[in-house]
Parts: sequence; C-alpha cells; structure tokens
Amino acid sequence: MTPLVGWHPDETWHWLTTSPLLGLTLTLAAYAAGRWAHRRTGNPVLQPVLVAIVLVAVVLEVFDIPYADYLSGGSFVGFWLGPATVALALPLHHEWHLVRRSAVPILTGVVVGAAVSIASAVLVTRLAGGSRTIQLTMAPKATTTPVSIALSDQIGGIPALTAVLTILAGITGAVAGPWLLDRLGIRDLRARGVALGAVAHGIGTSRALNESRTEGAFSALSMGLTALATSVLVPVLLLFL
Amino acid sequence: MSGLPVLKGVLALLACQLVGEVVVRLFALEVPGPVVGMLVFLAVLRVASPRPSSSLVRGPALLLDHLQLLFVPAGVGVIVYLHRLRTDALPLAAGLWLSWLLGLAVTGAVVAALLRLGGRAASRRRR
Repeated sequence: MTPLVGWHPDETWHWLTTSPLLGLTLTLAAYAAGRWAHRRTGNPVLQPVLVAIVLVAVVLEVFDIPYADYLSGGSFVGFWLGPATVALALPLHHEWHLVRRSAVPILTGVVVGAAVSIASAVLVTRLAGGSRTIQLTMAPKATTTPVSIALSDQIGGIPALTAVLTILAGITGAVAGPWLLDRLGIRDLRARGVALGAVAHGIGTSRALNESRTEGAFSALSMGLTALATSVLVPVLLLFL
Repeated sequence: MSGLPVLKGVLALLACQLVGEVVVRLFALEVPGPVVGMLVFLAVLRVASPRPSSSLVRGPALLLDHLQLLFVPAGVGVIVYLHRLRTDALPLAAGLWLSWLLGLAVTGAVVAALLRLGGRAASRRRR
C-alpha cells in the first residue's frame, strides 16, 4: 500500500528547476528588487535591468541551474519584447509634431551614426588585435538583437557572440548613456534620443523613456531606422574594411 | 468602461506584430518583424487618435513602463556567456566600448548641430 504522505526532495528539486514557474518567478522578483534598489538609492548605475540580471545570474550559479532550464520560464518574459517594440509607436505618436519637423536631422544622424558604429567597430577591434572573425562579429553590434544576429550570420561572424555584444552595448547605454551625453554637452532631448537609439537600441530606449517622453520617442524611432541603416550599410562598408 | 482596460491594447500590439512578422517574411525584408509592426501600430494610432484613457494607450504604456524587465532573460544569457570571452577579451572590450562611445558622440553631435541649423533657418524664414 502506498503511504499518503512521502518525502521527495530530489524529485521536487528537479521539477522546480525545470518548471517555467521558477524562472518566471525569479525574473519578476529580481526585477522588482532592481526597481526597489533604483528608487531607494536614486543611483542611475543601478538600472533595474542590470540589478535583475546580476541577481538572477547569482541564483542560477549558486543553485547550479542551467541557463536552458531557466529559459523555460524566462522566455515567457522575453517573448514580450516583440509586442513592446510595437508599443514604441506610442511615444512616437505623442511626439509626432516634433518628429515630423526633425526628419532631416534624424535621418542624417542615423545614417552617419550607423556608418561610424560599423566602421569603428571593425577598425578598433582590428587595432586591438582581434581576428577577422571577431571584427565581423563586432560590426553589427549597435543595432537591435534580431538584426545584429542575422547580419553576423550573413557576413561570417559568430552570431551568439554578436548577441552578447549587442546586449552589452544596450546595457552600457542604459547605465552610462545619459551621463556621457551630459559630459559631451549634448542637451537637446531629440539629439540625445537619436544618439541613444543608434548605439543602444531597445535597452537604451528604455532608459530614454525614463528620462523624458521626447527623448524616448526619438530613441525608439532611431532604433528602428538604425536597424534598417545597419542592414544596408554592413555589407557595403565591409567591401572597404 | 470595460473591465479589462489593457486587453484591447495588448491585442492590438500582438496583431500589429503578427502583420509585421508576416510582411517581412513574405517580402524577405532585412528588418525585424516588430519594427514593421511598430510602423503599422503608428499608422493605427495616427488614424484612431485614441484618448489617454483608451485601452489602445494603456496597454502599450503598461508594457513600456516595464521595458527593462523584458531584457532580463537575454541579459542573464550574456553573464553565462562571459566566462567564454577571456581569450579575446581585449579586442572585444576595446571594439565594443570605444566604437560605442564614438557612435554615441558622433550621432548626438550631428543631430544637435543639424537641429540648431534648422532652427536658425526656420527663425530666419519667420522674419
């Protein structure tokens, strides 16, 4: 006869670490902690996204949970990046009167910015001793992940590494972007937004939205246009680099 | 007033992304589906001009308020991958951050300068 109550720690642990519930709960809890830390300290370096990433990584490391297992829950959160990108049309709609008037500066800035990002990525990596594969992996790092991964694959880079570099570029934008723009003397909200969107895609845009609606709208637009400009410019510029 | 103030807005986002994803595949475009979806949703917003209390505004606003949350799973992947970057650490770090800084500075400066020029031209026209 089976007893009514048993003790199954191993089975329970296995279920827990492979169930989407743990990854999802962990992600939301870490993000809540990140928001709390950001609000409590007011320190711009403590961006909720950064705090949350570190917290989740520490938990995975301590409890020896593989990233793939975490993703069974984490991917529920990541899925919403697509709809959130669509939602960036909202600040654009609200700031439409400004966007329409600034079409030429925005387009010029995005094209010049994408060209500088690609060319300097390849050249600096080469000067620092990176192989051709590493240079190609670096080339599309400024644009949003789906585009940078596809481009890296197309030109012979390492897509997984490009994804890592792209996300690091985004987090750098969220953490240090506005501070650096202050230091560079760039105060126009529209110029700041375009610059953030051009080098730090969606993650930078999330910070721009926190700074001001205008900055967020221009960052969102810049991010979309940069995806387009980078796709066109990477194959062309690589003929000369 | 409906019971679920964000439902229709979230539905609109999913529908626009769906249109975007289908369009980029159908025409083999080099742009991500969600970016095309953003343009579709912008067109919807321009035409519908919804009120701030509308679900079409509140659904997307909810998602944008927590945009940083959505990058957490991908970011955790980065930390997991960082261990493997030791061999090429210098070219990777230099290429990433120097180029990043240059891109930020040049883009910001170009847009700021052109906006200033345009502003001056506009004020001249007004005179």
